Amino acid sequence: MTTPVLSVRDLVVEIPTRRGVLRPVDRVSFDIAAGEILGVVGESGAGKSMTGNAVIGLLDPPARIARGEVLLSGQPIQNIGREALRRLRGKRMGMIFQDPLTSLNPLLTVGEQLTETILEHMPVGNAEARRRAIAALEEVGIPAAAARIDSYPHEFSGGMRQRVVIALALCAEPDLVIADEPTTALDVSVQAQIVALLKRLCRERGVAVMLVTHDMGVIAEAADRVAVMYAGRLAEIGPVREVLTAARHPYTAGLMASTPLAGHGRRRLRQIPGAMPRLGALPPGCAFHPRCDRAEARCRQDPTPRVEDCGGRAACWFPLAAPADRQEAGA
Amino acid sequence: MTDARPASVPPPPGRLRRAWQSDFLWSFRRAPVAMVSFLVVTVLVLAAVFAPLVAPHDPFNPATLNLMNGFTPPGQPNAFTGESFWLGTDDQGRDVFSTILYGMRISLFVGFSAVLLAMVLGVLLGLLAGYLGGWTETVIMRVADVQLTFPAILVAMLIFGIAKGITPPEYRDQMAIWVLILAIGLSDWVQFARVVRGATLVEKNKEYVQAARLVGRSPFAIMTRHILPNVLNPVLVIATISLALAIIAEATLSFLGVGAPPTKPSLGTLIRIGQEFMFSGEWWILFFPALTLLALALSINLLGDWLRDALNPRLR
Amino acid sequence: MLAYVIRRVAQSVLVLFVVGLVAFAMFRFVGDPVDNMLGQERTQADIERLRETLGLDQPFPVQYWRFLGQAAQGNFGLSYRQGRPVADILMERLPATLELAFVSGLLALVGGIALGIFTAIRRRGAAANAIMTLSLIGVSLPTFLIGILLIYLFSVELGWLPSFGRGEVTGLGGWWTTGFLTQSGLKALILPAITLGLYQMTLIMRLVRTEMLEVLRTDYIRFARARGLRDRAINFHHALKNTLVPVITITGLQLGSIIAFAIITETVFQWPGVGLLFINAIQFVDIPVMAAYLMLISVMFVGINLIVDLLYFAIDPRLRVDRTAGRGT
Repeated sequence: MTTPVLSVRDLVVEIPTRRGVLRPVDRVSFDIAAGEILGVVGESGAGKSMTGNAVIGLLDPPARIARGEVLLSGQPIQNIGREALRRLRGKRMGMIFQDPLTSLNPLLTVGEQLTETILEHMPVGNAEARRRAIAALEEVGIPAAAARIDSYPHEFSGGMRQRVVIALALCAEPDLVIADEPTTALDVSVQAQIVALLKRLCRERGVAVMLVTHDMGVIAEAADRVAVMYAGRLAEIGPVREVLTAARHPYTAGLMASTPLAGHGRRRLRQIPGAMPRLGALPPGCAFHPRCDRAEARCRQDPTPRVEDCGGRAACWFPLAAPADRQEAGA
Repeated sequence: MTDARPASVPPPPGRLRRAWQSDFLWSFRRAPVAMVSFLVVTVLVLAAVFAPLVAPHDPFNPATLNLMNGFTPPGQPNAFTGESFWLGTDDQGRDVFSTILYGMRISLFVGFSAVLLAMVLGVLLGLLAGYLGGWTETVIMRVADVQLTFPAILVAMLIFGIAKGITPPEYRDQMAIWVLILAIGLSDWVQFARVVRGATLVEKNKEYVQAARLVGRSPFAIMTRHILPNVLNPVLVIATISLALAIIAEATLSFLGVGAPPTKPSLGTLIRIGQEFMFSGEWWILFFPALTLLALALSINLLGDWLRDALNPRLR
Repeated sequence: MLAYVIRRVAQSVLVLFVVGLVAFAMFRFVGDPVDNMLGQERTQADIERLRETLGLDQPFPVQYWRFLGQAAQGNFGLSYRQGRPVADILMERLPATLELAFVSGLLALVGGIALGIFTAIRRRGAAANAIMTLSLIGVSLPTFLIGILLIYLFSVELGWLPSFGRGEVTGLGGWWTTGFLTQSGLKALILPAITLGLYQMTLIMRLVRTEMLEVLRTDYIRFARARGLRDRAINFHHALKNTLVPVITITGLQLGSIIAFAIITETVFQWPGVGLLFINAIQFVDIPVMAAYLMLISVMFVGINLIVDLLYFAIDPRLRVDRTAGRGT
């Protein structure tokens, strides 16, 4: 088996506060292979963006990686130092932010921002950098790229700006892209185009993509595998079709039951009772147990289960039965 | 918007006030700088108000002055008379401590009065501009814009100069204090007017004001009962910061010789007088009034800073 | 763009007209100009003649118009106190003020921006915190006290620098005098320039710091970091440029007020500039000098405001484009 582009092993992010240490990311592990899109979903505050920021080394102090490993093509990068990490950013891993309106520097032309990034990471001259900048814009589908390269960000529409942002994230040809809610701030009509673009680039270039979103529709559309996060912990991870149609973790099941999805026909949407606990007030044991109708004594007493402890799919002592098992049983 | 006090919805007044005050006191207790500043301001203001009781000498009563006491260094007995003065004496033999107390009285009086004038004028014009709109607003805000083009201290100097030109020479010394108040007050109303107008424009379109208008309350009642209470917090903050600025402005004008006259010296006048003796080594005549002015201005500024954060985080 | 420039110029002219009206009203109604200009021994005929030469028998608007016309040509009448043309006195004094204001402005701008950036980038550092605390004291310290403090330290105690005057000056082209060319002139400039510049420097510093901290929190700075740009490029290329846009407006106005605050510094250091002239004019109620100073300083202020606005325009591309999809003006 080839080394995955990104491997996260037991990652713990901590924020020391006056009222104790918070853990917005708690022992999370996952891999992303080249050319694969891993969707990361969860409610706001579940730790999805924090995981992305931790991987790329952009945690805002006092948040910090307390334990665990981040492996980029097998090399640990979580403690290689500020400067070494900076060199990797842009070159080996890129990031796309939520709001294209605020992600671009309003006072610099699109071309300036692109060539600056290319010159920083690639051994090329100014003319070549500009040529590559135009090519990058063309690749993300900006019409008349050569003419528009000297435009300022405000001269582009929202969707076009997000394409520029993607071009910027990819212009130094990274192996990994972390897309943090890349479609949330966009019009619905534009969302699909951006998802399609991400998907195309991922396939064509063999880029590993970590797609952080709370939009199940985007996950269903784009992701190959999906990771579900709850209260800083990984609840479930697996191929997207299996997780969406046959969730094993009760939280995922509840999430699916409460989300309208195409292809599921008409059905009643159910909501999960209660709310996700605040980080400062996590219950002992499984964080989901107060809201879970399958919870038993073990869920309250034993330490929080990890996915790895429970068969590699769902972090649950009593997962829902897999339809595959049922099928096998039936066959 | 989690725990912000709802400024627009008027809840039961009694409870609101109590909550507001406890909140207010809570943040006060947590700010040692604000507490120290408040203490300094209180002590200085009280000392100024009760200057005749506190001061060991009356520096402006010629009968109690002894020229032989001139230039006594602080804390040392005078070479001729053997009298000792806490902060020394000036060239006339006046007790520096007492002149500071009386000087501070004038500085604070001018400062408070000027801010009061600026506040009343600014709030009134701001309310009118915001509520009435139209040409009233245009005229008021244009005047404000033109005045804002120039630093307040320059405007104050100009007003002082004009007023001095109008006053007959024999009344000039007597009028100086009032002219100062007028000059500083008129130079500082714009800030108040701008904030009040802005808040009025916001409040005027809120439902409860519309409702008050519909039931036929007069514009005056709407302005004073409904709009004014909503702008009091920012006005209080600006007033505090303006007070420090007004005291500094008064000191500056008096120092430049276009303010309080030597017969009624404010802190600025005392510094102006003391400056002459700096070169000959009588440092205390300059040093103590200057220190007092600094302590006063700094603690009011710090208090204002804290007040701004405590009352209205949005003003930052 | 053109419409905007025209509107701004028209506004400036309007302000000047209003200021002209104030200056004129001062001249006309504060005291009797005829009374002030003629000595004790005067005849009714003298008075009549002077009233006529001054045009005081004309209707008010005509007088105002004449006043503006003459002011535009630099004719502000005679000083009541010195009996010489006000314009001449002002021109003699102007170089001293402008040189002082220039050096202080440069100090305030360079020092303020540099310290502002420093305290923003190193906002948790001990040095940055110390600078911030000092600046709070600096804001509360009246300019004249700073001047006195500096004189006490460097003139009285250490004896390094002169406490008053402009030192030795050199004439240039018959109408300008400069202190830049002699050692004593430069030495005399140091203390007044620091006194005048310090307050503005603190203000600019605090402003730059606030704006820069704001900018450093924005998404595009995060995105620049995520692209692996160097700290230098992020701080000085991306952040600084965005910081300076709002800073320019306020800074421009600050620099304008340096000329006004020069009054205080000039008095402390007995610097022979127009500010000292103005203070003396107030003390002696020399109305023509006051009016002329007011006009002079207004032209400077309005000019600076106009330049600042146009500069703003040149820096921010969002304002340069006329059709920005209905996004503000």
